[in-house]
Amino acid sequence: MRQEGLLQLAASRLIGLVPTLLVLITISFFLIRLAPGGPFDAEMAAPPEIRANLEAKYHLDEPLLAQYFRYLGEVIAFDFGPSFQYKDWTVNELIARGFPISATIGGLAMLLAFFAGVLIGVFAALRQNTASDYTVMGIAMLGISIPNFVVAPLLILVLAIYGGWLPASGWDWTWQRGLLPVVTLALPAIAYIARLTRGSMIEVLHSNYIRTARAKGLPERTVILRHALKPTLLPVISYMGPATAALITGSVVVERIYSIPGLGSYFVQGALNRDYTLVMGVVVFYGMIIILFNFIVDLLYAWLNPRIRYDEGE
Amino acid sequence: MNDNVEKRRSERTVDDVFAQAMAEPDIRGRSLWVDAWHRLLRNRAAVVSGVLMILIVLAVVVGPMIAPWAGDFTDWDNTSSPPSLETGHWFGTDAVGRDILVRTLEGGRISLLVGLVATLVSLVIGVSYGAVAGYYGGMTDRIMMRVVDIIYALPFMFFVILLMVVFGRHIILIFVAIGAVNWLDMARIVRGQTLSLKNTEFIEAARACGVDHHSIILRHIVPNLLGVVIVYVTLTIPQVILVESFLSFIGLGVQEPMSSWGALVNNGAQDMESAPWTLVFPAVFLTVTLYCFNYIGDGMRDALDPKDRA
Repeated sequence: MRQEGLLQLAASRLIGLVPTLLVLITISFFLIRLAPGGPFDAEMAAPPEIRANLEAKYHLDEPLLAQYFRYLGEVIAFDFGPSFQYKDWTVNELIARGFPISATIGGLAMLLAFFAGVLIGVFAALRQNTASDYTVMGIAMLGISIPNFVVAPLLILVLAIYGGWLPASGWDWTWQRGLLPVVTLALPAIAYIARLTRGSMIEVLHSNYIRTARAKGLPERTVILRHALKPTLLPVISYMGPATAALITGSVVVERIYSIPGLGSYFVQGALNRDYTLVMGVVVFYGMIIILFNFIVDLLYAWLNPRIRYDEGE
Repeated sequence: MNDNVEKRRSERTVDDVFAQAMAEPDIRGRSLWVDAWHRLLRNRAAVVSGVLMILIVLAVVVGPMIAPWAGDFTDWDNTSSPPSLETGHWFGTDAVGRDILVRTLEGGRISLLVGLVATLVSLVIGVSYGAVAGYYGGMTDRIMMRVVDIIYALPFMFFVILLMVVFGRHIILIFVAIGAVNWLDMARIVRGQTLSLKNTEFIEAARACGVDHHSIILRHIVPNLLGVVIVYVTLTIPQVILVESFLSFIGLGVQEPMSSWGALVNNGAQDMESAPWTLVFPAVFLTVTLYCFNYIGDGMRDALDPKDRA
């Protein structure tokens, strides 16, 4: 029964993704076409090889709508065309090169943010309105307020340049090089999740069934871990969708500061060089990932929370 | 307390009550704000943040006017000099001898200006969109909110970057791009509030008097949204400042000779090994400002949000 409900929910959400994807692709296609001196513009001085590639790729002699539908089909088939700046590369190849690195850092940061954030939040909630609660939450607010492009140079300055304990930048798949980027990326998310968890845990601890659990004489550990934790995590789970978007955005800065050859670095380089096809490709690619994560989070949330009735709510 | 008022009222003549009512108009309306104000003043973090914020705004506005240097003045005798009282460069200078204090204050002008203007843009779009959707309800509401849902799922920052890439890096565009993409939360909140407002008696009364929809929304609904909107504006400003600094940091925001805190942090990060003060001072200003806005917003929400009043 519940399985069926979930399947139905999954199907309806999946259909709901279609317009979002369509809007994403449409906006990026027409924005690029609007660009003054765009890649399809004869005045833009594109090297002749790329021009030829682009013209072949986008069938520039066809009417606009035909080009649009062709592009739509290609994006669905996951083909983003040649890069405008990197002569011998297609956008697909650049994504294949950069994304594994970005995904590793982002995934680790997300894990770290989830566990550290929940731990800190629970800690603060159990000591509500004490000095340690205020201290921890004050630091969490600082974590939200300090942009990661401020944290990163400061960490490099203290730990790498003055301390000499860690390499300042670069990438080679060792933990020494990964540590600072992952921590930098995770910090704001840790702070946000800690605040969420604290508020949610305090609310749950005031509910009747927790009082019942305590009245039964269950040890406090069991009350917290077995009864209070799961409902506490619901708002945190639903935050994981936006968190994905925030981490991806943050990775752009973090990769730049630590000179990591991830997708974010290519994206910034592309944006600065007006590499339209690359920028468009990365926007659509990351957009798809964010949409996909929101979808997974939605399902996870419904699965964890049997009270929810999506069909009745709307 | 209400009982007392009722008792006293019943002891007086109708004329008395009427005269008093005329003498003290809107006593309930005012007390909501006075209440909120007192609650805010009890929140120490918010008060400290408010005072700090006022100091920063004053410094940013007045500072560059009374400073002995202009932001683009290059002091060739003191390039990359550390902070010192002797040279007169209290925050030191950068690699070409520009005074960091003056540049930080001037950068602050841009950062705060972007924060205010872009928030205003998102405010206007969000409030009108949300109020219209909530007020008309039904099919209109469903379609309008579906649109918001769809846009909401898009990677916001990437669209701002895409806009900057396509249309060039002009300061006006920064305002518009950030504001135009940042109104979704505002629209959602305002719509919810409007939905609950539109069935109240005073709106019904206005409708019965023959006031048209346009005026009801503008004159009766929107003023009553003020509390929620103020809280949300305070929380949006730091977000917008952050977005602008982010853009400037990666080189897509304001361009030289103009600068903002994000651009200064970017410059500072490049010279931090030899001249860490070029990084630290703008970074501190930016962080303290964001910190203060977040605390003030939190405090305002606690003070004004009816949900937490119980």
